[in-house]
Amino acid sequence: MSEAIAFLEPRDAVLSRRREIIEDLSELVPAGRLVHEPTALVPFETDGFIAYRRRPLAVVLPETTEQVAAVMKYCHRYGIPVIPRGAGTSLSGGAIPQEDAVVLGLSAMTRILDIDYANRCAVVQAGVTNLAISEAVGADGYFYAPDPSSQLACTIGGNIAMNSGGAHCLKYGVTTNNLLGVKLVLVDGTIIDLGGKHLDATGYDLLGLVCGSEGQLGIVTEATVRLLAKPEGARPVLFGFDSAEAAGSCVADVIGAGIVPVAIEFMDKPAIEICEAFAKAGYPLDVEALLIVEVEGSEAEMEAMLASIVEIAKRHNVKTVRESQSPTEAALIWKGRKSAFGATGRIADYICMDGTVPLSQLAYVLKKTSEIIDRYGLRVANVFHAGDGNMHPLILYNINDPEDAAKAEAAGMEILKLCVDAGGCLTGEHGVGIEKRDLMRHQFSDVDLDQQMAVRSAFDADWILNPSKVFPLEGRS
Amino acid sequence: MLMPATENEAAGIIRAHAESGTALHLAGSGTRSGFGNAPLAETRLSSRCLSGIAAYNPAEMVMTARAGTPISEIEAALAENGQSMAFEPPDHRGVMGTSGEPTIGGACATNASGPRRFTAGALRDHLLGVRFVNGHGEVVKAGGKVMKNVTGLDLVKLMTGSLGTLGLLTEVTFKVLPAPKNAVTIVLSGLEDEIAMRAMAAAMALSVEVSGAAHLPESVRGRFIDGRLPQGAATVLRLEGLEASVTVRGEKLSKAMGAFAPVQVLDAAATSRLWRQIADVHPYADGTERPLWRVSMAPSEAWKLVAGLRLSAGVDAFYDWQGGLVWMRMEDDPAADTLRQGIRALGGGHATLLRAPEAVRATIPAMEPLSAAVTLLSERVRAKFDPRGIFNPGLMTQGART
Repeated sequence: MSEAIAFLEPRDAVLSRRREIIEDLSELVPAGRLVHEPTALVPFETDGFIAYRRRPLAVVLPETTEQVAAVMKYCHRYGIPVIPRGAGTSLSGGAIPQEDAVVLGLSAMTRILDIDYANRCAVVQAGVTNLAISEAVGADGYFYAPDPSSQLACTIGGNIAMNSGGAHCLKYGVTTNNLLGVKLVLVDGTIIDLGGKHLDATGYDLLGLVCGSEGQLGIVTEATVRLLAKPEGARPVLFGFDSAEAAGSCVADVIGAGIVPVAIEFMDKPAIEICEAFAKAGYPLDVEALLIVEVEGSEAEMEAMLASIVEIAKRHNVKTVRESQSPTEAALIWKGRKSAFGATGRIADYICMDGTVPLSQLAYVLKKTSEIIDRYGLRVANVFHAGDGNMHPLILYNINDPEDAAKAEAAGMEILKLCVDAGGCLTGEHGVGIEKRDLMRHQFSDVDLDQQMAVRSAFDADWILNPSKVFPLEGRS
Repeated sequence: MLMPATENEAAGIIRAHAESGTALHLAGSGTRSGFGNAPLAETRLSSRCLSGIAAYNPAEMVMTARAGTPISEIEAALAENGQSMAFEPPDHRGVMGTSGEPTIGGACATNASGPRRFTAGALRDHLLGVRFVNGHGEVVKAGGKVMKNVTGLDLVKLMTGSLGTLGLLTEVTFKVLPAPKNAVTIVLSGLEDEIAMRAMAAAMALSVEVSGAAHLPESVRGRFIDGRLPQGAATVLRLEGLEASVTVRGEKLSKAMGAFAPVQVLDAAATSRLWRQIADVHPYADGTERPLWRVSMAPSEAWKLVAGLRLSAGVDAFYDWQGGLVWMRMEDDPAADTLRQGIRALGGGHATLLRAPEAVRATIPAMEPLSAAVTLLSERVRAKFDPRGIFNPGLMTQGART
């Protein structure tokens, strides 16, 4: 197991009171909603960032906002760190606990409270899965837009904590653009409402601040999210190119031509091979780069957009063009892309990086990425959301080989620095978590970071909410 | 008025004022002054001379501009490349009775957003990064210059709409989008407010991507596009996009809406003017100081609020439904308590008093009062940016100096 990332020293004052704390917590949540037996705690030791794990002091799984508030009030009083958790699908270690912490899981809060088509929104509890919202309203012609790859499992509370996105965010935006309100439990147990069914809040945009704050400002227990009318139709097209540069400049030209597809996904040759071997999606194996471009709207609209896009692709010497002729074909094109992470997991352990770059830097960053990976003697597969410059290099390594793991981690950090140096950011959708915490000083100056940390302190002066995450451990005020 | 020419100069001015604890009235060109309460500060510090587009790459759909850059300059640069700001920043000069050139910094500080709010988002949804000077006189950068970024706390959202109470914006980076190639407006005539709300909800449920929906009662209908809208209340629905697609969607929408009322179609030129005027609150840009409210609430409840108010106050109103707004002009008294109680009774939201005679404004909080817990939290947040409380004191919290 790799141990390059440090955790905060557990607080003795908390550890020494373990039995007492467990007893007290058992009175705050219903029977069966407190987990503290060592074996039962194992599933909560880590999240989707499996290289690190820590056993928490206990796990509570409240059923109501009031129970969440009672737990927060108690933990605040005794200075006990609290780690909020949805489904635990974080890829940056956002939900990894520590020995002196109580994990506050929202997975028991799974009720859809209100579906309001007149105001095009739904009110749901934080533990509702992302996909469950779209499933609940799909028959009536609506959907909830942000679609992280983990949408079958991940919860809306976790989506809000990480400001999650997905393949279709190019058109519909990420979580923050689709969130109207939250019920939030503050660190001391105070319950507040931010926003609601109206479109914009008054006062400071605290809702915007809470979204993406990685569980450090409060615990979201309910959310009001926007519902959108489903488009008439959607159609993906697959393009194969001889080089990443050609694919990259095709993307730039499509956007430059005034066309904003709903998704533009990029895969490099290793990613194509991995996905094709698993999904049998009929991806071309003789190309260096593949784009999946999806358009939506009426037949006429899709026809017009696709004709222009194909024309542009031809100018970049496109080698393969496959338009889907049926919903089955469309599903197959997406199946390859959507199974990229799972398919990669079949052939090797991997860490999935998540940097963003300006579109003009895509080809350069891809080239430099492969140089870095070569230098470490590793392999990489690249899949990403090309429309918004959100790269996902999957660095393949052997998790049981500590040397290999250390190399993979070091290569990943170099790639993220490269993204920042190219004008981009450390993370586009996975969050900073524990993984990228120590790179924050690469993107931000001390003044920038101090301002962020000061705002964090305004919500949680003692830093008990998800304390090891997001900000470098040294230099905290 | 202080008008620094560089970010460093602005930081120096602010540092000096922080040291002496002297308040500053932060502003752009002041075309949106009147948003919030009158600030308790003698000296105005304007970002107007921090001007110019710093970076613009159409293929990346991103622009970086200094805060004092006129909106008109940005619109011209975008138009050359067939792009636009999808958040349609309104021009508030008419309605606020101000003059000068609206700036991008001022638009960001007020989160100035138009009728495409529901489909395209507000300005806050398009703002990717900012630079600002905080109350310590430090230059802070937040966000980034790429579409997707979840690195650290989203201070960009917090700065948007904070009305210069957290810092002086010096540079902003925002997303731009292709300008729609074609647009039409479907006009339904003669609907009562309540039926109009139902018609708009039905239109939005169709897969035709309505990008603007407004209900203009008979009292205001004649003041739009020189009275060219057909007789009776007008319920207007905008469609935008490629030529062929707008035509097809327009036919589909017209057919569906025929069940509610007689339907007419406005062409692209009339559409452009009409929605500009809806964004700019044109009917109430009447040179008067009659109290003007901007109300944000659940769209389905808005007609009930207006109907209720009509019983007790002289009120004229129209609905920018996609913007999620009701614009209300009072004949006489602002009726603040009645209005705010009404909003609470209908599920919540907020009302902002944008305009009223000085004497009246001094007695009514311009911003909707927040709950005690949210007020406390907001004050703590503000203190982290501006511990001495020198930026626009009193503007968001009436009468408070800190």
